[in-house]
Amino acid sequence: MPGTDYGPVTLWAIIVVAGVATYALRLSFIALFGRLDDVPEGVERALRFVPAAVLAALVAPDLVYVEGSMSLPPANPRLLAAAVAAAVAWRTEDIAATLAAGMVALWALFFVIP
Amino acid sequence: MVAGVAAVGAGIPPIEALAMSVVIFAGASQLAAAELIGRNAPAVVVVFTVFVINLRMVMYSASIAPYFARQSAKWKGFLSYLLTDQAYAVSLLKFERNGDVSRRWYYLGIAVPLWVVWQIATVAGIALGSGVPDGWHLDFAVPLVFLAVLIPAVTDRATVAAAVVGGTVAIVANGLPYNLGLITAAVVGIATGLLVEEVA
Repeated sequence: MPGTDYGPVTLWAIIVVAGVATYALRLSFIALFGRLDDVPEGVERALRFVPAAVLAALVAPDLVYVEGSMSLPPANPRLLAAAVAAAVAWRTEDIAATLAAGMVALWALFFVIP
Repeated sequence: MVAGVAAVGAGIPPIEALAMSVVIFAGASQLAAAELIGRNAPAVVVVFTVFVINLRMVMYSASIAPYFARQSAKWKGFLSYLLTDQAYAVSLLKFERNGDVSRRWYYLGIAVPLWVVWQIATVAGIALGSGVPDGWHLDFAVPLVFLAVLIPAVTDRATVAAAVVGGTVAIVANGLPYNLGLITAAVVGIATGLLVEEVA
């Protein structure tokens, strides 16, 4: 991964603004309870899909792009290792087990496909 | 720990990397931010990406709010800071089943250890950071963590559609200027989920 060109001022600004925004999201309804009892129904329905859509969007490019260009198995075994990890996640719903399975699968595949 | 390694790998200095972990304190969004910062994405895109990833906290906040209704404003402020996927999931289950438990202390009993372990692990990751050989492919740990959280979030046809479309759009939109691919994919994925739910 290439290093960032950002200086400390920009980095701190990002950290503080992102931190305050995240805190506001956490505090929102806990602080407002009594004044605004429920999330509007439309918002609640949309929020239900945030984890699935966002996490999939985070994972997918990391599996098929290597240093900016598309690379698929067998040259890039990440997709296969991720399939193994996904199966483990499905069965166990455990982050540590998923992480271990995916890493071991990747190492094994790199060992098999030099 | 992965968040610490990822932050240092992106070229973020140790102090700022730890500050991210304390100030933002939300793993998936920290990983995404580190990746974008490493690619020199515009600061606005980094912040907005963190915001979108953490939108789910609103859901947790709303659902746990009735149980914290009688806490003072100061306590509400503190309890909110510690709100995470795990603290929420474990506490809510307990609150729903058992009305007698002291909610504040039960929640703190879950949330504070999570916070401490998370910060120690981040420091370990930062210390380890640049020392990990490339041959270990430790960068692969980042998508694996996302995957581990993603799979349990996919529970029905509509969430499957949101995930599949979100992932596909992210791959196609990877080259978008200003690294806007993730946000675009998230919005299209959420819209797809809503649409599928509407039709089904």
